[in-house]
Amino acid sequence: MDHEIPEDLHYSADDEWVRVEGGVFVGVTDFAQHQLGDIVYVELPKRGDSVVQGDAFGVIESVKAVIDLRAPISGEVIAVNELLADQPELVNGDCYGDGWMIEVSPSDETEVGSLMDATAYAASVAERDT
Amino acid sequence: MTAASGPKRTPLYEVHKRLGARMVEFGGYTLPVQYSSIREEHAAVRESAGLFDVSHMGQLALTGPGAISAAERIFSRSVAAIAPGRIRYGMLCNEGGGVVDDVTCYRTAEDSVFWCVNAANIEKDQRWIERHCPDGGQLRNDSDATAMFALQGPASAEVLGKVCPAGVGALRRYRFERLEVAGCSAIVSRTGYTGADGFELYLPGSEAIDVFETLLREGAPLGLRPAGLGARDTLRLEAALPLYGHELDEGTSPLEAGLDRFVDLDAGGFIGADALVRQREAGLERRLVGFELEERGVAREGHAVVEGGRTVGKVTSGAPSPTLGKSIGLAYVSPDLARAGCRFEVVIRERCVRARVVDTPFV
Repeated sequence: MDHEIPEDLHYSADDEWVRVEGGVFVGVTDFAQHQLGDIVYVELPKRGDSVVQGDAFGVIESVKAVIDLRAPISGEVIAVNELLADQPELVNGDCYGDGWMIEVSPSDETEVGSLMDATAYAASVAERDT
Repeated sequence: MTAASGPKRTPLYEVHKRLGARMVEFGGYTLPVQYSSIREEHAAVRESAGLFDVSHMGQLALTGPGAISAAERIFSRSVAAIAPGRIRYGMLCNEGGGVVDDVTCYRTAEDSVFWCVNAANIEKDQRWIERHCPDGGQLRNDSDATAMFALQGPASAEVLGKVCPAGVGALRRYRFERLEVAGCSAIVSRTGYTGADGFELYLPGSEAIDVFETLLREGAPLGLRPAGLGARDTLRLEAALPLYGHELDEGTSPLEAGLDRFVDLDAGGFIGADALVRQREAGLERRLVGFELEERGVAREGHAVVEGGRTVGKVTSGAPSPTLGKSIGLAYVSPDLARAGCRFEVVIRERCVRARVVDTPFV
């Protein structure tokens, strides 16, 4: 199974992606949305909340599964994708675009450097993909 | 058919892999949870048809002299009253009235029946029947040799008609016949676990791949697609059909589960009947209800049900209903809340989400 892994993003071991673009945008990867199947509910923090790298910041539910969303970087939430409340399926359809989850103002810019690049993440996915 | 260790495989394991299924373990078997999308497979069953590999289900046959009177002791409905060629859904109950298993009973001949049983309970049921029918009939476990498919949805009869020379239009609900299906001799029953019209097929495992692939090929132009356990679960939930291990277990009575019409208490005589009669007289402590959430969220098994700050029950199953576009579930609650329109809250990750009791089936 081929999964889309854009070259210009950074990736966490928890299958979240990070795009540095003004703030830092966060979402789940194509591999993650594919593993979950039809996504039916996304629970996100509020603007102004703090998130901590590696800690749960929300929940994503598919028909069959519930998993924690784990923050790939620490900082303050400066925007939340409000569309996902009514259209959680955007995560399945466009996980790197309209399915983004939160925008974070990072408290420690160096954390981005601790994430994987596309090549390293592709290897991590290949190991787990069956 | 069994791997060296770990979960068993059905005869269709390689076919599922080839179709791109994601596999999970269920009831000791490796089975497809979905091929493409639970929602799409669910919609296929509601709108046209879906084909499920349910070979994990068990078949226990009781045959020969004494079989029927022995079966009367362990099945919650009168087996003697089931005419050959007919099927009844019911329970095996323990002495306390709890459910050992919920099963369908096929009356195959004057002196024989078979029960179609839940995968996780095959060995338990076999021991239970052996223990309680020591002299009545010969018990045979056909589970490993038997493949079972469920063909479900409004187009099922048309799909099956294409590969079944004798036709299936005349086969009525809860009846079965032995028919030739895609060149294979199969038991075909008009039954299912989705709330839709449909059929269940029992055939030798050695012929499973041929028949499954022929059905998929012939049915594709009519909208048939393979469907996995994920859709099977959302479909049965919309139909408010209980799933053993969730709504039913050894500590749950069929009366609490609202399955009164599947236990012939007035005929009596089966194991557990006395306990159930006493329970009916004493009144129930809890009842199974269907509910829908009035706010966003998904209720899941184990979530607490609260009302007025008090815990009054527990969710046994929950999911977003693809057909209704609402979040639905089943829960055991105190009897005073077991009426359509009653309100309570479901505690989802420490958040109280408003819910309302609704009539079942949901669709």
